[in-house]
Amino acid sequence: MKLKYPKNGKFGEFGGSYIPETLVPAVEELEQAYLKYKDDPEFKKELQYYLTQYAGRPTPLYLAKNLTKFAGGAKIYLKREDLLHGGAHKINNTLGQGLLAKRMKKKRIIAETGAGQHGVATAMACSVLGMNGEVYMGYKDTERQKLNVFRMNLLGTKVHPVKEGTQTLKDAINEAIRDWITNVKSTYYLLGSAVGPHPYPVMVRDFQSVIGDEILVQMKKLEKKSPDSVVACVGGGSNAIGTFYPLIDEDTKMFGVEAGGEGIKSGHHSATLVGGSKGILHGMLTYLLQDDEGQISETHSVSAGLDYPGVGPEHSYLKDAKRVKYDAVNDKEAIDAFLLLSKHEGIIPALESAHAIAYAIKIARNMPKSESIVVTLSGRGDKDVEEVGRYLSKNVKNKN
Amino acid sequence: MSRIKTKFQDLQSKNQKALVTYIMAGFPSEKDTLSAVKGLVKGGADIIELGMPFSDPLADGPVIQNAGFQALQKGMNLDKFLGLVKKIRKETDLPLVLMTYTNILYKHGYDKFIATVKSAGIDGLILPDMSINESKEFLQAAKKNKMDVIFLISPNTAPDRIKKIADSSSGFLYLVSVFGTTGGQQQFQNYTTTAIKNTKKILGGKIPLGVGFGVSNPEQARFIIKSGADAIIVGSAFLRLMENTVAKKIEDKIGQFTSSLKKATITE
Repeated sequence: MKLKYPKNGKFGEFGGSYIPETLVPAVEELEQAYLKYKDDPEFKKELQYYLTQYAGRPTPLYLAKNLTKFAGGAKIYLKREDLLHGGAHKINNTLGQGLLAKRMKKKRIIAETGAGQHGVATAMACSVLGMNGEVYMGYKDTERQKLNVFRMNLLGTKVHPVKEGTQTLKDAINEAIRDWITNVKSTYYLLGSAVGPHPYPVMVRDFQSVIGDEILVQMKKLEKKSPDSVVACVGGGSNAIGTFYPLIDEDTKMFGVEAGGEGIKSGHHSATLVGGSKGILHGMLTYLLQDDEGQISETHSVSAGLDYPGVGPEHSYLKDAKRVKYDAVNDKEAIDAFLLLSKHEGIIPALESAHAIAYAIKIARNMPKSESIVVTLSGRGDKDVEEVGRYLSKNVKNKN
Repeated sequence: MSRIKTKFQDLQSKNQKALVTYIMAGFPSEKDTLSAVKGLVKGGADIIELGMPFSDPLADGPVIQNAGFQALQKGMNLDKFLGLVKKIRKETDLPLVLMTYTNILYKHGYDKFIATVKSAGIDGLILPDMSINESKEFLQAAKKNKMDVIFLISPNTAPDRIKKIADSSSGFLYLVSVFGTTGGQQQFQNYTTTAIKNTKKILGGKIPLGVGFGVSNPEQARFIIKSGADAIIVGSAFLRLMENTVAKKIEDKIGQFTSSLKKATITE
C-alpha cells in the first residue's frame, strides 16, 4: 500500500499534472532537481543542519496526562510541531524546498498561504537562505490573520492580498499559479501543502515525513511499540501525510480530521474527503467540494488553514484504499478543544490542530487505557486568539 | 471533414488567415452574447470560441476571470450553454469552439459531455489545463464523437513535445504567445516571433497554427500574422469592448472591431 514514488505522478487514479503547457517545463525541471538531490548526502546534511539548528528538530512527543485523564481512556501523546520555529510544521517543507530552489538557482520565491503559517515559514526560509519571497494570501484571510501578515512583512516578504473569488486559500493558489505562469523562468513556486501537480504532493510528503519518522522512534522508546492510533487534521493534508506515511506499514489505526464547519448537512464546511466527489483542481485529480456542474464550492471553517475545497491526492488514495479513516469535526467542537487544551495542558493549539485534538478525545474514550494515541499538534494557536474571541462573543450573543 | 478544417482550407484558397474570436457565454447576459455573435458574423470572424465559465480559471487574466464570474453569478451552466449554442447555430454555420477547464468535462463525464455539446453544434474543444500527459480518456471520447481537440503549446515547449502535441491535435494548434495569462500586452517581444517561426517549421504545414493571449488590436494582429501565424485569436479585447458598450450597441461595435481585425488577416 505504501507508494514510495508515484508512477506517472499518480497515487492510484489520483494526482497527475493537469496544468497549462507553460508550466510543463518548470514542473519537469523541478522533478529532475528533486530526484537528483533528495538522496544526495550533501543536500540531506544541509537540510538536517537547518532542521536541527534553525527549526528546532526533533520535536518532543509529550504525554498529555491531564488531557488523558479528562478523556478517560487511551493515553494521548502530542507530537509537538507547535514548538518548531515559526510555530508550525510548515517549516519542515519550506526549508527543504528552499534548499532545493537554491540549488536550482532560482532567486525569486512565491508561495500561497491560508492561515499565514506557510507564508511565515516561507518568509523565514527565504530570509535565512538569502532569497526574495512574495506570498499570495486571500483578502479574507489577511483580515482574520493580521498578525501573520505583519510577521511576514517583518521577515522581509511581500504579501499580496487576493481579492478574486472567495478570497481564501484556493484563490491564493490560483493567483500564485498565474504569477508562476508569467515568471516561469525566474521563479520557484514553493507550495505549502501536499497538493498541486506532481511532483509537489510527493515532495511535500517526503519533507513532512520527518514527523512520522520521529513518532516511530519516540514511541518505540516510550511504549516499546508503534502507536495504536494516530490523529492529524487535514486541510490540504501536509502534516497528516507526514504523520501517516512512515506508519502506513505499521499496525496503527489512522484518522484524518477535516473541518466540519457548521456541520456537513449545512453545506458550510471544508470536509473534502467526507463530503466531496472526484474532480480536477490546481493541477491534480482528487476529491473536491464542487457542485453537479463541476464548479468549485465555497468552503467554510473557523480555521483558515483548513478552509480549502481540495485535498492532497495521496489522501484520496488512502481513503479509497481504506487505510485511513477520514472524519469531520465542526467549528464548535474545535473551539471547545482549543479551550480545553489551553486550560488543561497550558498549550494553546492552532485551530487547525484543535480539530485533531477534539477527535482524539472522542476516540480515546472508547479505547483501553493500555493503548496510546499520537495526535500531531501541527501548530500553536497564538495566531488564533482573536478569531476565537470573535467566535465566542458572536455565539454568546446568539444565545441571548 | 470538420467545419474547422474546411474553414482553414477555404481561407487558404482565398489567401487569407483566420480570425478566431473569443467571447464568454452569458457575459454580460445571454442576450448580449447573441448580439455579440451577430456582430462577429457580420464583421467577418472565421471561427467563434465560446467560453464556458469555471470558478477557478487559473490560465486567465482579470478580464476573462471577471466575465466568467459574472456569467456564473447569472446562472450559466451546461443546460443554458447548450440552449445558447442552439440559438447561435440558427444565426451562423461558422465553426464553434468551446473553451473551458478540464473539471467541467470530468464532472459530467468526458464522453457524455462531448457527445452533448457536439450534438448542440460545437466543433472543437480548448482546455488550457488539459495536458497531453493526462489526455488518454479525453482524446478517446473526442475521437469517438468526431470532436476537434485544440491543444495549447507555449514559447517554452520543447520541439519533440510540440510534435507530440500536434499529433494529438485537430483543427488547429494554439500557441500561447507570451509567458502570462490571457489579456492585453503592451508589446510583443522577440521570443514570440521566434516561437511562431520555430513552431511553423516543426509543424511543416500538417496543422494550422493559431496564436493568442494578448492579441488585442489590428496592429498586433498584423505583427503576429507577419511572423507566420495561420490564425490570430482575440478574446479579452472583445470582452472589454462588451463591458464598455450599452446592450443595444453591442452588435454594431463588435461588428466594427471584428472587421478591423479581419482586415489584418487578409494579405494584400
